[in-house]
Amino acid sequence: MSIVEKAYYSPAGRKVAAKAGLAEPPRLRRGRAFPHGPIVLAPLGASTLVADTLALLGRSHEAPVVDAGGDAPGYGDRIGALVVDATDVRTVAELEGLRAVLRPAVRGIERSGRIVVVARPGTGRGWEADAVARALDGINRTVAKELRGGATATLLYAHDGVEAGDLVSTLGFVLQGRSAFVDGQSWHVRPGSGTVDRLEDRPLEGRVCVVTGAARGIGAAIARTLARDGATIVAVDIPAAGEQLAAVANEVGGTALQLDITADDAGARIAEHVAARGTRIHAMVHNAGITRDKMLVNTDAARWGSVLDVNLAAEMRINAVLLDPGTAGGMADDGRIVGVASTSGLAGNKGQTNYAASKAGVAGLVIAMAPDLAERGITANAVAPGFIETEMTQRIPFVQREIFRRVNSLNQGGQPVDVAETIGYLVDPASQGVTGQVVRVCGQNMVGA
Amino acid sequence: MHHKVVVVGGNRIPFAKAGGRYARASNHDMLTAALDGLVARAGLAGERIGEVAGGAVLKHPNDFNLTREAVLSSALAPETPACDLQQACATGLETTMYIANKIALGQLSHGIAAGVDSASDAPIAVSDPLRRILLEASRARSAKERLAAFAKIRPAHLAPAAPRVAEPRTGLSMGDHQALTTTRWDIDRASQDELAAASHHRLAEAWERGFFDDLVTPYLGVTRDAVLRPDTSVEKLGALKPAFGGPDGTMTAGNSTPLSDGAAAVLLASEEWAAEHHLTPWARIVDAEVAAVDHPGGADLLLAPVGATGRLLARQGLTVDDIDLFEIHEAFASTVLATLKAWQDEDYCRSLGLEGPIGTIDRARLNVTGSSLAAGHPFAATGARIVPTLAKLLHERGPGSRGLISVCAAGGQGVVAILEAV
Repeated sequence: MSIVEKAYYSPAGRKVAAKAGLAEPPRLRRGRAFPHGPIVLAPLGASTLVADTLALLGRSHEAPVVDAGGDAPGYGDRIGALVVDATDVRTVAELEGLRAVLRPAVRGIERSGRIVVVARPGTGRGWEADAVARALDGINRTVAKELRGGATATLLYAHDGVEAGDLVSTLGFVLQGRSAFVDGQSWHVRPGSGTVDRLEDRPLEGRVCVVTGAARGIGAAIARTLARDGATIVAVDIPAAGEQLAAVANEVGGTALQLDITADDAGARIAEHVAARGTRIHAMVHNAGITRDKMLVNTDAARWGSVLDVNLAAEMRINAVLLDPGTAGGMADDGRIVGVASTSGLAGNKGQTNYAASKAGVAGLVIAMAPDLAERGITANAVAPGFIETEMTQRIPFVQREIFRRVNSLNQGGQPVDVAETIGYLVDPASQGVTGQVVRVCGQNMVGA
Repeated sequence: MHHKVVVVGGNRIPFAKAGGRYARASNHDMLTAALDGLVARAGLAGERIGEVAGGAVLKHPNDFNLTREAVLSSALAPETPACDLQQACATGLETTMYIANKIALGQLSHGIAAGVDSASDAPIAVSDPLRRILLEASRARSAKERLAAFAKIRPAHLAPAAPRVAEPRTGLSMGDHQALTTTRWDIDRASQDELAAASHHRLAEAWERGFFDDLVTPYLGVTRDAVLRPDTSVEKLGALKPAFGGPDGTMTAGNSTPLSDGAAAVLLASEEWAAEHHLTPWARIVDAEVAAVDHPGGADLLLAPVGATGRLLARQGLTVDDIDLFEIHEAFASTVLATLKAWQDEDYCRSLGLEGPIGTIDRARLNVTGSSLAAGHPFAATGARIVPTLAKLLHERGPGSRGLISVCAAGGQGVVAILEAV
């Protein structure tokens, strides 16, 4: 710890920091806990999609306070969440209905509360409807920035044909503490298998999930979280990280596979390991990654190539093997592929051309794979972490680190478990209708798309 | 042998030279690490294992119940029973046979055999006179008596007594003994250095190709055998001064194993248990034989495995030509070379009661991924290093491939075993 850092965290330093506007960041609600206060449901039309979804989630709901002019109206006690069913909203004029329920809610929301808008996507429904769909995104991002105390805003685009069962895992994730560091984001939900009728606590029971880079940091958190959700973990990392890898594998009751993912036979060895245990892979989580940061003027072919190979090309080679239906121990039908992108990739980051290329590439890859894998029920998604508190980010000089962790709407860095929970949601069998999505886990970082 | 016993996995920590990276690690620490790596590889966390047999040659008094205590520190279920065995440098192979025999008899469905040794953390005892004085003081009934006891302490008593590496019956160190064997069997310097260089080169090559990715788990930041010198050569080894056998000796620090620290473990199971647990059997344990020689009477201290090899092959109706791979523990390069010569020597073999020479083998089939000269030799761990290594090599060659392990041990003993790929 540097002298500056020690001074900053001393009692006197904290007082000065608070005066300078660097207040203690809010403590976020995490895990499978729903909001403490009541869930308020505001349907802006005849649709019962959100009401039906809340019923499957087993959550009761209350009617909203509507701002109809006069003094600023409010809720008596704090509310836990406002969920708006805006799937019938098509016109600019109808947006007023949204304002009227948002205004009281942003004032009355509890700490780590949730504002969720479910709407139709702007996919060729006419000029005004598509404009409105995009307007909702602007509203969502702004509400997220105005909310305080760890409360977040999320916009979910439910495609035509989406039923309550298709939305259960998504709305459950967003309302629960699992989505603590997902803020100001929007993503799409399409019709799924249509057989989901509840939110499972252990949705991955008896399923094999492979996690690369599992020896530490975010990868270890992914292994722990998926194991908590019932998964049998195959923890993969380079042989040199074997000691920590073994500790993680033993902690989660899984198996350790020491493997360099860039090896030619990496995919085959993962499949062999799984096949030997008589199973196939439910979820392949490509978390392993490296950085070789340099400004572009100093980036040689070696720095360029190694990062792209580990972070992107290796993932593609492994996928090719595991997706071959003839591979024993390969991906199961209705399986899940998750890539780990980065806000650095989505927004660009000085000194990280190679890393940004690889991470934006991961986002592009899952978007490209999703439609091709739909026939087999396999989904492909990515998470894009922002500033996450890990050993790696702990090495960033203190002042720079403190700036990085503060420049988001939640005023803090995320925890590895926040990335892990989002991946847990994406690999949930109930998330069948979520594919080709890139979900940022960044607390609405100012940097990024 | 009623149940087929198969090797389904193994794990060791990288070995290190004594006083090196594991200087502060105890037998307990290293054995626990070896077990935990095996548990992680096989997915056995929280499981009750039939039995774990382990051991160490250099033991502290507080290594009481060493293996059981390591089990309790490991990720295995605390209901896993364990015992300690010891047969000098053959301990790791003897623990393997102990577990294998129980499985064969149906007493166990599976178990773990292990071995560990720390030459860094060797127990140092107080001198015998000092020990007697301290005991007398502790029995004293008054301060006066106690003072009288302490008054007997002399400066010479305070010198610590390190464990003896000499054979108790001959007073000769193992190296001194082997120097006699080297001379008797006329083993020249060049062939010893060649064997040592080959051991390093072959071990390095195996590491390079990822052979140890599923056999070794790093420990305390050590990711490869720290003894290994990939760039050594016959020339470099040829420049070393003799360490044993006087000024004209041929045995050097380069062609003798260094004192080492490390631990290794093997997972053994019945075929049924392996299938139920979705573990791939690499090779089955075919048979084993133990032997000893009369070294106080002048026999070669480290050639006891020769007799065991002849008897074992005869019992199985096999010859050396039926064996695809040989693992002869490299206590010293000259031990291996003398063993090979002894195998060819009709008179010597007959003197052991064998019907004739054991035979000549192709050196390309010997220690193909190196052995103790390059890997190091934490005494009790060596057998548990060799068993999974050979089992995996045989598995790679395909069903029916056979391998023979020969390990010499202090006290003029030796253990030999045959494995066959399934």
